Amino acid sequence: MDWINAIIQGALIGGLYALFAAGLSLMFGVMRLVNIAHGDLIVLASYLALVVVETLGLSPFVSLAIVVPAMFVLGYALQRGLLNFTLGGDILPPLLVTFGLSIIIQNALLEGFSADDQKLQVGGFETASIQITDQLAIGWFPAAIFLTAVVVIALLELLLYRTALGRAFRATSDDPDTAKLYGVRNQHVFALATGISLAVISIAAVFLAVRTTFDPASGPARLIFAFEAVIIGGLGSLWGTLAGGVVLGVAQAIGAQLNPGWETLAGHVAFLVVLVIRPRGLFPKLAD
Amino acid sequence: MTLLATLGLTAFYGDFQALFGVDLTVAEGEAVAIIGANGAGKSTLLRTISGLLPAPRERILYRGQAIGALPPADIVARGVALVPEGRRLFPSLSVEENLLMGQQCGRKGPWTLDRVYRLFPMLRERRRQPATSLSGGQQQMAAIGRALMTNPELLLCDEISLGLAPVIIRDVYAALPGIRGEGTTLIVVEQDVNRALGIADRVYCLQEGRVTLEGRPSDLTREQIKLAYFGV
Repeated sequence: MDWINAIIQGALIGGLYALFAAGLSLMFGVMRLVNIAHGDLIVLASYLALVVVETLGLSPFVSLAIVVPAMFVLGYALQRGLLNFTLGGDILPPLLVTFGLSIIIQNALLEGFSADDQKLQVGGFETASIQITDQLAIGWFPAAIFLTAVVVIALLELLLYRTALGRAFRATSDDPDTAKLYGVRNQHVFALATGISLAVISIAAVFLAVRTTFDPASGPARLIFAFEAVIIGGLGSLWGTLAGGVVLGVAQAIGAQLNPGWETLAGHVAFLVVLVIRPRGLFPKLAD
Repeated sequence: MTLLATLGLTAFYGDFQALFGVDLTVAEGEAVAIIGANGAGKSTLLRTISGLLPAPRERILYRGQAIGALPPADIVARGVALVPEGRRLFPSLSVEENLLMGQQCGRKGPWTLDRVYRLFPMLRERRRQPATSLSGGQQQMAAIGRALMTNPELLLCDEISLGLAPVIIRDVYAALPGIRGEGTTLIVVEQDVNRALGIADRVYCLQEGRVTLEGRPSDLTREQIKLAYFGV
């Protein structure tokens, strides 16, 4: 029964990885920008939540009302003020600039908050669970994570496939020059994509900060989970990304069950196995 | 009244100069054809007017205002729409979504989805399909429809006959009078001289980035056109 509990728990936590991945996927999909600072922006959102919680005395969940809009604005400004200048035919400038950004964010956080581990507290909710049978229980918190992931991904799907902005995102992704001809302002559209991406990951960032500790250097690991979830799910598919997150979460749970030290390793192994068996991921959507 | 004028327009691709002082005027309601061989600068001229290629600000006047340095989004918002060469539909969008992209610029006017579907009924039947599933002629109609959805005053058509069978070209061209009927001014770039002369009030011939001939189709002789087109 421990096994089943662990696997369910892992699958639900996979929702977090799915949200990280959805943000990464959105930016890559709309403007072919691989954001190396993605993980550090996630950690930055966690610290922002920490500051809001400590200064205003709010619950971490309530802090989302401030953190999510703030990260949206930051994302918009970051794209408009910096990343737009790196876009063009070459994929290297955005890689280098976001790599530099990653280092700057890590060091700024280290300077401001020291290297100590931090964590957000939500009291009993974190450990409360629904007892299904004598031995089987589902935690409220992991369930809330998964539900949030499903709702956010469903909203992203609606945005992409049912709104004028979503059409502009997809058209710009197809052919940025032609999209301009019909009134799409690429600089603005790209900035909105980054803003939305950071808003999405900041939700996951707060949940993860409740679940595990974070410090200024935890960004790169978050980035790798996001990458792995995107690749496992298949590029361009949001629901595939959710599946990718779940696969990653379950693999980590199984690894941890075998040996507590194997949690992260098992996730990477699952990623490599998927890459070998289905190089384009489980639910590929984008043609090469 | 003059709708569009280019005054000594130049255009460059990097160091390569593609237009050498092109003067062009188009009156409101007119249909103007631009003919010329491959590489004469016809598409470059339309791309420059649309804002895809940079131009000196004062070299392009639209309704008397300098629009040379404006970005494409501002130019389409003023009512100048391009049907790009090679159609350039968005492959991951459906036919209807491609048409709706024309509304991004926010202009209102007679052209709605329904009006475009009445002009090209086969698009209505295929509106949920991916744009790439259409035949070449249907894709061209979708590309024209998408530009019409911006409710343009001036429609720029870049080689809308390219790669199409003659009978399909006839169908595509059959839509142009209806478009003019809504008061839309037309500039049609075409390699097919007879096709161009058939619909145009006036013709410009370009050769190596310069205007070599200008006039009414009825006033021009075949020899004049041949000389201007080929330079021999």
